[in-house]
Amino acid sequence: MDQQTELLQTALYDLHVELGAKMVPFAGYAMPVQYPLGVKGEHLHTRAKAGLFDVSHMGQVRLTGENRVAELEKLVPGDIAILKPGRTRYSAFTQDDGTILDDLMITNAGDSLFLVINAACKDDDIVHMRANLGDGVSLEEIDDRALLALQGPDAAKVLARFAPAVADLKFMSFAEIEIAGSPCFVTRSGYTGEDGFEISVPNADAEALARKLLAEEEVEAIGLGARDSLRLEAGLCLYGNDIDTTTTPVEGDLNWIINKRRRAEGGFKGADVILDQLENGADRKRVGIKPEGKAPAREHTQILNSDGEEIGEITSGGFGPTIDGPIAMGYVAIEFSEPGTKIDLMVRGKARPAEVVELPFAPHRYFRG
Amino acid sequence: MTKKFSQEHEWIEFEDGVATVGITDYAQQSLGDIVYVELPEVGKKLTKDGDAAVVESVKAASDVYAPLDGEIVEINEELDANPALVNEAPEAEGWFFKMSLADESQLDELMDEAAYKEFVEGL
Repeated sequence: MDQQTELLQTALYDLHVELGAKMVPFAGYAMPVQYPLGVKGEHLHTRAKAGLFDVSHMGQVRLTGENRVAELEKLVPGDIAILKPGRTRYSAFTQDDGTILDDLMITNAGDSLFLVINAACKDDDIVHMRANLGDGVSLEEIDDRALLALQGPDAAKVLARFAPAVADLKFMSFAEIEIAGSPCFVTRSGYTGEDGFEISVPNADAEALARKLLAEEEVEAIGLGARDSLRLEAGLCLYGNDIDTTTTPVEGDLNWIINKRRRAEGGFKGADVILDQLENGADRKRVGIKPEGKAPAREHTQILNSDGEEIGEITSGGFGPTIDGPIAMGYVAIEFSEPGTKIDLMVRGKARPAEVVELPFAPHRYFRG
Repeated sequence: MTKKFSQEHEWIEFEDGVATVGITDYAQQSLGDIVYVELPEVGKKLTKDGDAAVVESVKAASDVYAPLDGEIVEINEELDANPALVNEAPEAEGWFFKMSLADESQLDELMDEAAYKEFVEGL
């Protein structure tokens, strides 16, 4: 009980408890891992209709000042200068050795850059930014806003009932939109592979908005358990598992986040390592892995070649309810990274056959207009 | 027939020298949707509190320990095709395995239904 009381609570804590959520500690917060519907039911519901997620534990940051774009570009490999107002980009904070300190969403909000960073990394990220962003940039932690995600094929239909303007947003676009009378920052993005929105809403209005959305017949509350299985099926990285301070963007199969101008110009932390890997290849790569049979292979499972030699490790693994079978991602030595390559997974002392496959497992269904 | 329960949330039904073992309703509820059950092979010798089976939910794998010393005489093949039986009927069709017992007196160390109910309420 003491541990529970020391955990931070989001603005929706009481609502989660009222809904019967199983609350667990996550990145210092008490968060709902599942509701009475259960992980599998929540997962399938999100793919079929719409799910509401509380992701208020994530960090929201605003950068202002005229040098904000150039200064942020020193820390990420993405082309932020090219990002038009109202557009969002996925990126990563890299370190001098080319590895990843965190992944994040960067939005050009017009007069500022709006960042969403991982809960477990947010303190480090803020220290990192304060230490490295030069003069002419100010950083504001936005701690008076909750973050909700509404995801699934019915998300747009449902949200448009409260704010018709959201229908015009395309994938990876942003707008300040009033929803049910509350000034929200809305991004058409998410972490499920489905169409959907992330909604930054003032803490004071968060519970009322969540209740309104949950009252719609298409919407169920979804916990962190299904959030994880949904993102794994979508082939999306979980920071701390699939990418971290031991992996580079090239090893993580995130070449696409290193935009053209940045490849030519460099000028971000770890650029020498990362650009060299882009040119000459890395020794290993993150791949999708489909175990044969039904036994899931979890993170840290050893990956072997057909001679029984270790060639890598699983970084995320579990069961995909939409796929109705085990799925995983992990790193393999580069010569084993082609889809179709047969590998073995060492689960409970037994080598079990599996295959390297293309990601995602479940097709992305983003709204591109 | 004797029905007993372990602190690891297994139920054990003993009849005609054979113990049928599964996980309790409480256990399946806390595990959530079960997607895979790995059962021991017939003939495998089990040691009380040693590994016997693995039950996997969407999120995690959990070990199931042998509640008694003995040997596997039959496994529930249905669970391979339909692991959700463990959620639907944990103390009936969702049984895991049957074992012969090395020492029937070990049954006395397990809880009866009333004691297990009390045990769960205290968790």
